[in-house]
Amino acid sequence: MITEIVNWFSDSANWQGPDGVPTRLLEHLGYVALALVIAAAIAIPVGLFVGHTGSGGLLLVGAGNAVRALPTLGLVTFLFLLFTDSTVAAIIGLIVLAVPPILAGTYAGLQAVDRYVVDAAVGVGMRGWQRLWQVEVPISLPLVIGGVRNAVLQLVATAAVAAYVGLGGLGRFLLDGLAILDYGEVAAGAVLTALLAIVLDVLLATAQRVLTPRGVRLAQADVRGGTKEVAA
Amino acid sequence: MSFLDELGRYLSSANNREQLLTTVAEHCYLALVPLVLGVVLAIGIGWLTRTRQSLRGVVLVLGNLVYTVPSLALFVVIPSIIGTKILDSINVVVALTLYTAALLLRPVLDALDAVPSHVVASATAMGYRPARRFFTVELPLAVPVLAAGVRVASVSNISLVSVGALIGVGGLGVLFTDGFQREYFSPIVIGIVLTLLLALVVDMLLVLLRRVLTPWDRAAAPVKVQVTA
Repeated sequence: MITEIVNWFSDSANWQGPDGVPTRLLEHLGYVALALVIAAAIAIPVGLFVGHTGSGGLLLVGAGNAVRALPTLGLVTFLFLLFTDSTVAAIIGLIVLAVPPILAGTYAGLQAVDRYVVDAAVGVGMRGWQRLWQVEVPISLPLVIGGVRNAVLQLVATAAVAAYVGLGGLGRFLLDGLAILDYGEVAAGAVLTALLAIVLDVLLATAQRVLTPRGVRLAQADVRGGTKEVAA
Repeated sequence: MSFLDELGRYLSSANNREQLLTTVAEHCYLALVPLVLGVVLAIGIGWLTRTRQSLRGVVLVLGNLVYTVPSLALFVVIPSIIGTKILDSINVVVALTLYTAALLLRPVLDALDAVPSHVVASATAMGYRPARRFFTVELPLAVPVLAAGVRVASVSNISLVSVGALIGVGGLGVLFTDGFQREYFSPIVIGIVLTLLLALVVDMLLVLLRRVLTPWDRAAAPVKVQVTA
């Protein structure tokens, strides 16, 4: 298997033109990025609203669970028959699947903000918007990005599955290779898709660490230190 | 209206109904066998690594890595790793077992950590050996946290099985490829509805199972009701 993959990757024909690795990789990234931006534009405001006001939380969690049970292949084929355009159908499908994790992360992030901290913000005279942007959003940022990480994993995986209805991207190598039983191509596609998912996840994990406010990091370290003491 | 007619015509065929039953059965097998295997695997790994800090870190990183690999990629790579045929249903079972175990590792370790140390100490003082203490004291007390993880894993397995249709083994997923090839809405809609129903039923069964496994929670419940009333 290793030799087949190496052979496939070392064949220069696989690196050029519309079927080449760079083009397919960029296509895949493009679908993921487009769907992510649109999904975030929908999910983050709604999550912030629900988390800040506290109304509609149960409904949101229930809807999120229902979407998690939705089979991606079923959704994509259904949308394809509806729109008869593979790119439009796939992008809409990707957005539908990316909204719930971001929504859940944003909502959970705001829920995790200590009531006393919000009380203190009210006490020092902060108004609703100030409280949201200067207190609640920075504190909940790690969990919001956690939601985005889950969404990106889902997007990379689903964009590969959507190759079935004719979408470009890395899924093409997997399915076209399967169709002609070219195992090197299938395995290369699998390796590329997995690598893309891992690289994007590591990048977001780094962003998660860097964007966590210093105060929140200190508080987390404090909590961890505290539990260690109890356990010892 | 025309769609409902189409749906009615699809369901009126005895052939189609029979196919639906076999695909539902296959879907259950492909989703639930890995769920059980994954739970056993995660508990086993959790038992072996919970007291060894360095090993524990390695296992958690590996679990994260497995969970990051997209389903389609994992499905097609497994045959070459374990040497099965590419259209074998074992591939889907192995892949979903890995996902389940990867998802449950952290809940298992967290749940075992959350068992109060004085309870473990009492069991030791009563003469429980480590293995018996693990299965009769620590594991049962970890059930509530574990059950939450198992519910997430079951929903995710049931939805992921369909992707297997792209490599020829997909339970209800076959309805999606079938509907796509014939440009026919009925099988796709029926497939989606049945998948959601299956996820719901299994979830309710898991909630029930959790209740059966944690009778002490029920004993405490009436007290809680009185306090809040």
